[in-house]
Amino acid sequence: MQTRSKMLRRAFRTAFPYTIPIFAGFWFLGITYGIYMNVSGFSFWYPMLMSITIFAGSIEFVTVNMLLGAFNPLQAFVMTLMINARHLFYGISMLDKFRGTGWKKVYLIFGMCDESFSINYTADIPENVDRGWFMFFVTLLNHFYWFSGATLGGIFGSLIHFNAEGLDFVMTAMFVVIFMEQWLKEKNHTSSILGLGISLLCLIAFGADNFIIPAMLALLVVLTLMRRPLEKEGEVQ
Amino acid sequence: MTLTEQMITIAMVVLGTAVTRFLPFLIFPAGKPTPKYIQYLGKVLPAAVFGLLVIYSLKNVSIFTGSHGLPELISIVLVIFLHVWKRQMLLSIAGGTVCYMLLVQLVF
Repeated sequence: MQTRSKMLRRAFRTAFPYTIPIFAGFWFLGITYGIYMNVSGFSFWYPMLMSITIFAGSIEFVTVNMLLGAFNPLQAFVMTLMINARHLFYGISMLDKFRGTGWKKVYLIFGMCDESFSINYTADIPENVDRGWFMFFVTLLNHFYWFSGATLGGIFGSLIHFNAEGLDFVMTAMFVVIFMEQWLKEKNHTSSILGLGISLLCLIAFGADNFIIPAMLALLVVLTLMRRPLEKEGEVQ
Repeated sequence: MTLTEQMITIAMVVLGTAVTRFLPFLIFPAGKPTPKYIQYLGKVLPAAVFGLLVIYSLKNVSIFTGSHGLPELISIVLVIFLHVWKRQMLLSIAGGTVCYMLLVQLVF
């Protein structure tokens, strides 16, 4: 029993530092989201319930508009599939990494937001730290940051005044660092360059609100066409 | 919308999100060998997705109006510089964010 609690503490202590930037970002965005719901006329129960059950930032903002509009559950469902389609790519990438994590696997999949996925995929987890528990704590902490931020924003929304303009850049900075970590690890940069380039082209062509799905499809097609050369050169680890 | 309609709407969003997260694991269960093509995708997609996320987090930056994306550009260059120099994740992220906050609050 003692070795187990030691193991848990070690996994937690290893996971926590990775989540600090996410704490800053999620509190900023979560509080913003809570305030947004507050000024849209919803009690704090809404951001509280939605942050814990949906746990996917951008769609939660969109849901506020859905709740203010006409009742259309099918549209809500389809819209969610479109906005969150990128999770499909995360799942395909985590098929192996989540293997053997026991009951925690269900929660790891449920809580696989952009940030949890990015950390859990790239983190160098030391040999003596349990992988499953490390990923579990990363996900749990992120979930908690988002939930507490959204709830606080919903409760104290109108009372909070501090100049946090620009704090949301913490998410951009984190994704740049994660992109670089991947870049420094890989032997072949084809996929990284395609990811940046094709996404940028699609953003220019389709605009901020509609570029994700075309970018995903284009990446899928190009990477499929390049399978032979990429695999043949053995450059895919 | 009535309370029930609101709860149904939220439930649909919860369901939709869960579908996008669980689907790959349901189609390719751990017990069965994953098709080679999917294994290949699992290896090449992450790098591409990280590129996509960088662009995604910058999607509302306007090059032609306002500050022309300069605070973003300067701060990203600083993040890259810090990360190449020290390779300390927290330092690179904090440095870039503080730089960006100072730029948008005081300069631009």
